[in-house]
Formats: sequence, structure tokens, C-alpha cells
Amino acid sequence: MIATEAAAGLAARSYPPFAYEVGSEKIREYARAVGEESPLYFDRESARAAGFRDLVAPPMFCVVYSTGALRPAIADPELGIDLALMVHGGQEFAWSEPVCAGDAISTTARVAEVYEKAGLGFYVFESVSENQEGREVVRGAWTNIVRRAPGS
Amino acid sequence: MRAGEAVPELRVTPDRYLPHRYAGASGDFNPIHIDAELGRAVGLPGNILHGLYGMALVARASVSAAGGDPRALRRLSVQFRGMGVPEAEIVVSGTVREAGEGRAVLELEADQAGTPIIRRGEAEVASPR
Repeated sequence: MIATEAAAGLAARSYPPFAYEVGSEKIREYARAVGEESPLYFDRESARAAGFRDLVAPPMFCVVYSTGALRPAIADPELGIDLALMVHGGQEFAWSEPVCAGDAISTTARVAEVYEKAGLGFYVFESVSENQEGREVVRGAWTNIVRRAPGS
Repeated sequence: MRAGEAVPELRVTPDRYLPHRYAGASGDFNPIHIDAELGRAVGLPGNILHGLYGMALVARASVSAAGGDPRALRRLSVQFRGMGVPEAEIVVSGTVREAGEGRAVLELEADQAGTPIIRRGEAEVASPR
């Protein structure tokens, strides 16, 4: 098990921003895959009539543009996560500005917390996504559980 | 929306190729979601659903309960439990835990054949007037 100071050091780690340009067909593809039916996600005129700049992305579309920021974090050799033993334990998102087709999103991830509980390693990452105007669109907390204590 | 009320249920039966379409849409091509043979080789029932797909269903149920505008969903947290599989019905259900001042907190979960796949879902929504 890792020492508290080492865990505190890990919690300061952050990773390079991940850039993603939101396309309208990607929004439609994602919306169809998760069974969305609202015209806000498929029809530009409906979305504009509801006050959006363009087709709007369903809230959970955030996984499409933000997951790329997590990849270098999960693969960080300093954390030493064994991917074969990792499961996605929990997820939280908090949304701000809606994301629409044509937006350019930048997401930055950092280590929020690393701890051990009941012989399992908990690795919590935080991601913050902003649009081209620098306004926050979503903030995520990604909890990955590794079936082995950190540092063991 | 009033505290104690049920959230309207969402029932979805993902077809056999849903995990492949979700993999393409989301970019998550982890083979446990798309390769049934590999899934069985590592002790799973076959290829399993993406946890974030289940979370997307919980998000849909939350947005619907709040009137259908995606801006209504302010926050959603979930825990992933069990394993979802294609070709079996998923039921998303829940209750309103708190409501007031244009805001509500919903408690939700998603079950498949009685097994929870999403637990402790908590959604904060702007409630319709």
C-alpha cells in the first residue's frame, strides 16, 4: 500500500488537454445508439427553435469528447494501473453550458484521489471540459477500481 | 414533481448488435463489449454492455422526467454494478427524493432480469413548472 505523501503527490498529477470538434453526424450517431428520440438531437431547426445554436448533444455525449483526456491518465506508469484488473466503478458528471454541433471542446484530466479500501485500489480522476469560448461544459469524476491495492 | 413520486419507467431491450453500435458511437472498443467469445473466455456471460450505455439510459429517464430539455439535467452520479447483456430488457426506475424551488433530486437505478446494473443513481434536475 502506498504512503499518504505518495498518494498526495499522485493527486497533483495532470495530463495534456484533449481536443475534440463536435460534428452533427456524430451527435446523431450517438443519439441513435442510446435510443434518444427527441428532435433536438436530430433536427437542426428543432434545436434552434428551442434556443440552441445548432443540433444539441445529449448530456451523456460528454463521454465522446472527454474520454480521450483520460487515456494518458489511466496509462500513466507512475500510477501503475493494471488494466486487466481495472473496472469502472462509478461516474459522475455535472453539466454547465450545453454542447452543440460545431463546438470545439478541450478536456483536461487530473488525478483527484488514490486510495485503498478493502484491498482494492480506487483511482479517481477529474476531467474538466471547456468550449471554444472558454466556458465550462461538463466536469466529470471517474472512479476506477483495481482489484489490487495501489503500489502493491 | 413532488418528493416521493415515482420517476416514469424507461424500458429498453438492447438488440444483439447494440454494443457494437455503442462502441462505434462512443469510441470504446474494449473487446469485452464486442467479442462474445473473448467475453466467455474471461468468465463473462458473453459480450457485455458498456456501463456508460446504462448510464446514458439513466440520463434519458432523468431528462424525460424533467420535461425533455437536456439543459434540465445538471448532475448525474452512478455506480456500476453487475453486468448488462444484450437481448434482455433493462428497466430504469426511480423516485423523486427532494423537490422544490424549480429543482429536484431523483434516485434511480437500472435493472436487468432483477439484477442491478446501475445502482445509487442520483440526478439533480431543473424541475418543470
